[in-house]
Amino acid sequence: MAVSSARRPVLVTIGNPNTGKSTLFNALTGLKQRVGNFPGVTVEHVVGRLTLPGGEVDVVDLPGTYSLSAQSPDEMVTVDVLLGRVAEVGRPDAVLLIVDATNLRRNLFLASQVLEIGLPVVVALNMTDLCETQGVRLDLPRLGAALGVPVVPIAAARGAGLSALRAEIERAVQGKGRASPLRINAPLRDAAAALAAELEARGVLAAPAEIERALVDEQGYAERRLTERAGDELTARLTAVRQALSQGRSLATLEARDRYGWINGVIAAVEQREARVPGWRETLDRYLNHPVYGSIAFLLSMAIVFQSVFAWATPMMDLIDAGAGALGDQVRAAMPDNLLRSFIIDGVIAGVGSVVVFLPQIVLLFSFIIVLEDSGYMSRAAFVVDRLMRWCGLSGQSFIPMLSSFACAVPGIMGTRVIGNPRDRLATILAAPFMTCSARLPIYALLIAAFVPQKTWLGGLLNLQGLVLLAFYLLGMVGAVFTAFLVNRIAFRGPRSRFLLEMPPYRMPQLRSVAVKLLARVRIFMKRAGTIIFAVALVIWSLASFPRVGGDAGQPTTAPAIADTYLGRMSRAVAPAFEPLGWDWKVTAAVIASFPAREVVIAVLGTLYAVEDAVDGDEQRLVDRIKAAKRADGSPVFTLPMVIGLMVFYALCLQCISTLAVIKRETNSWRWPVTAWLYMTTLGYLGALACFRFGSALSG
Amino acid sequence: MAATLASLTPGQRGVISGYAQDDAFTQRLMQLGLIEGSEVEVVRCAPTGDPIEVRVMGYALSLRRSEAALVQLDEVR
Repeated sequence: MAVSSARRPVLVTIGNPNTGKSTLFNALTGLKQRVGNFPGVTVEHVVGRLTLPGGEVDVVDLPGTYSLSAQSPDEMVTVDVLLGRVAEVGRPDAVLLIVDATNLRRNLFLASQVLEIGLPVVVALNMTDLCETQGVRLDLPRLGAALGVPVVPIAAARGAGLSALRAEIERAVQGKGRASPLRINAPLRDAAAALAAELEARGVLAAPAEIERALVDEQGYAERRLTERAGDELTARLTAVRQALSQGRSLATLEARDRYGWINGVIAAVEQREARVPGWRETLDRYLNHPVYGSIAFLLSMAIVFQSVFAWATPMMDLIDAGAGALGDQVRAAMPDNLLRSFIIDGVIAGVGSVVVFLPQIVLLFSFIIVLEDSGYMSRAAFVVDRLMRWCGLSGQSFIPMLSSFACAVPGIMGTRVIGNPRDRLATILAAPFMTCSARLPIYALLIAAFVPQKTWLGGLLNLQGLVLLAFYLLGMVGAVFTAFLVNRIAFRGPRSRFLLEMPPYRMPQLRSVAVKLLARVRIFMKRAGTIIFAVALVIWSLASFPRVGGDAGQPTTAPAIADTYLGRMSRAVAPAFEPLGWDWKVTAAVIASFPAREVVIAVLGTLYAVEDAVDGDEQRLVDRIKAAKRADGSPVFTLPMVIGLMVFYALCLQCISTLAVIKRETNSWRWPVTAWLYMTTLGYLGALACFRFGSALSG
Repeated sequence: MAATLASLTPGQRGVISGYAQDDAFTQRLMQLGLIEGSEVEVVRCAPTGDPIEVRVMGYALSLRRSEAALVQLDEVR
């Protein structure tokens, strides 16, 4: 024991999706969790702390998976963690395998692969409380004997069986656990071990389990990585071994046949299923997937989600805005006008406020997403809408993220985690920022009210201003669909979009479980996105506040006129690049200043055109001022073509540091936020240019 | 003419006889229990007719028709 006393024991949890794995993880570790990304992959690992009588254990939660086959680095992480190859985790002392008692047959596939790795395993047999209603009776002692490891019946959502589970975990991490003696395909295992010895003699270290995956998953990630290390002659060796073992079929086919052959034997010995009368779940399913009722239910639930992020969040967001404003006023009243005061009000309070203001939307949207997922409806919604989304180059699972992006792309992009296919997920992440988010509304509202004539038709049913606003919503959707098309055609030549989704039985979501998952999400956003957003808000504050003027003869320095700040100087320097769009340096400055958060454009325009309190409702004066803005030659700056172009720019451009921060977080790389920013800025520039040029030519 | 999982109407069952191709996707289907000899039933279609929901090994799974067409069946009932 003295050897390992330096670190806490490591327990790895693994299981199929929809087995209540994260519910169990949360029940065991509570809120003592931290989230990190493995290097080079987009999957994150959550590490929790489990306190046992004999000491603490680090619990590493792996993403839900159906097998150990890996086509991508993301999927390989599971194998690498089990083999002790990931430095952040170290060698696991034991594995906690979560198995759904009501769906034992399918769950035992992954279980059989994990058992053969050779680590001490504890099986948590979850959902045992649902066995009775499903007509399933299990012989647990026999199941334990068949698997060769301890099996503990639990009901994680109700907290039942957890103390017995903790006791077994304690035994396992103290070295008193058992590894399963299971060997399903002995010739394959022997061949993998022989090949491992062969490679070791050549100085290449590879675990037999890794070689087994390379043999079985032809052209999968394990094979690609191994041949990179061991050279091309390994490809020939793998092919030869495969031919010797395969009896003319693929090893993948044989693996499925052999494992399910073993599973069928186990099931015959331990499971009794009574034919049961269809219950409320089947009735519910009939209605929720019905062509008419199902579509109505879908539209209704999506309307509620949309309404909640769009409308219900607004009062809370206004409250936060007002709170930040009031706090700023307090500071303004309490402190003299100096650099520190400006830093606190316009830098710190405004910066923190710009992060916190997203919280109501994130909390509401994620409450709905978690409830929809835990109840099992999410899969049905994706099922109903897949055809429509596929036509747009996305998948059924993209729907909720895209819908919520109408309110805000930040929770939308965080919601793409439900999308299993990496290509669909990336397409959704890059398309989401085009959806017309609530932050685009202020600039649309201001410019449409100012420059689009009040015209109505059909007795007021149609009005021109409303139609223009609708056109901008449509423009955003067209941009999103176009982007998804580009991702599918150019950026990602992986396997084409697939839709393979388990339809789990309906379950009643448990309040505690929903609350813990929600809290985990919120903490991720606050910690990771918060730091980046805050930093950039400070940079923009600095640009708009320096250099200070005055300060001679012991006088305090004062804020400079906006034209003399670094922001003003920068804008005047780059203004020629935006001259083709019909913008003067003030418009350019407003656009540059709103790159971190597009909604600040109104406030910045207000400052630039010297209107006090433009935010607080006195927009009419701002409208009058910008309408009166003249160029040097006396012609108006804000012509209709220029205004339409400016709105197109705001529609297409990614002016939102929070979105960039979340893209970085969710893809675990700077590549995609940078790509998205360059792509959308280019589109915005070209769109504004086209509008201004064509519009000006038309209006002569 | 061989039946595929895509050719079944809701309520029909068949026994899987093999796959039209052999790649990572069909491997995934096999790992999910759609192996030779196992019985599958089409439960329903989505409102637009695609994807379809199937029942195999006692649980429900949905997949697109284009993908279901890779699953070859006999003994269709």
